[in-house]
Amino acid sequence: MKNLLEHMGVEPDRIHFSWISSAESTKFVEVVNKITAKVKALGPNQRFVKQAAKVA
Amino acid sequence: MSTYTEKMKETARRLLQECRVEMVIGFRRGSQPMMNEPCVVRKPEDADELVWDSNCGINLANYLTDRKEKIGIFAKGCDSRNIVTHVLENKIQREQLVVIGVPCLGMIDKRKIAAATEGEILAVTESGDQITVKTAHGAQNFAKAEVLQQNCSVCTHRNPVIHDEMIAEPVAEQTDVNPYADVADIESMPAEERWAYFEDLLAPCIRCYACRNACPLCYCPTCFVDESKPQWVGKGQDPLDVRTFHFLRAFHCAGRCTDCGACERACPVGINMRLLTRKLNKDCVDLYGWEAGLATDTRPALDIYQANDPENFIK
Repeated sequence: MKNLLEHMGVEPDRIHFSWISSAESTKFVEVVNKITAKVKALGPNQRFVKQAAKVA
Repeated sequence: MSTYTEKMKETARRLLQECRVEMVIGFRRGSQPMMNEPCVVRKPEDADELVWDSNCGINLANYLTDRKEKIGIFAKGCDSRNIVTHVLENKIQREQLVVIGVPCLGMIDKRKIAAATEGEILAVTESGDQITVKTAHGAQNFAKAEVLQQNCSVCTHRNPVIHDEMIAEPVAEQTDVNPYADVADIESMPAEERWAYFEDLLAPCIRCYACRNACPLCYCPTCFVDESKPQWVGKGQDPLDVRTFHFLRAFHCAGRCTDCGACERACPVGINMRLLTRKLNKDCVDLYGWEAGLATDTRPALDIYQANDPENFIK
């Protein structure tokens, strides 16, 4: 999935996968922090944004 | 390959007469040149309708889904792999089928012929590897290799993987081709270019879903694009909805696609959506060493867990 999204031109750091047990609270925090940092570095997503239809 | 026709008629007639099958799925001449159409023969005397030449690119496995009869079916390499996939996915039982194998030398691309000729095409005939096109302006000859469908020119499974009968001796497989050269080219582009590339590629799409209908893998009773509760994807011409449709359609074929080319062949505006499915095929080979539809006794790559499955995408 990640491969095909990136093949279509979605930035490599935009999508992340992880496996976290409900008991791994520390890992959860770490992963979320890492992902937020990476996505913030990319800036707001300009792709996959749908413009609202212009109504005259 | 047009020499197969007589043997095919004879085989279909025999199978029907001996009551080994209730119907035979093959091709008959279409109403336009280069447009042979699938047909179902149920009576021995109708077997004379059948034809075979280099315009039989449609994937006949598409007509097997959930059938209850005993069926004889002509199968090229790619069709046979889709039949295997159908058997694995319980869409047909192997015992219901008499697979009549057709060693294939590739199908011709009607768009390449149309682009290389002028005026209306009146007739297309072949003899060996020479294709003769008769147009309103005169006749033109082509070497078959020049006008092959792209998937056929890089095909490495020309002979059927399963068969109960064979129409002819197996043909030599191509070994010196790289099926994924163009996918690798796209992979090497930066992300923005890739995004723009697919934006251009998919721009002409009119959402007719011919690619889905022609595909033997797309047999869901209700396709995700037709659902409205919930509505998975917008139904209009918004480029984003078009892209989402093509992305998901391709993903539903992951590890199942045999690159038969039926989708691209069916597309009325000539979009090469195979660039998406073939990326997944390439990944399946690279990550799991898996090619779809080669054996009835192994489960597909996305269907089983193996201890050495790549997991470096999991953080």
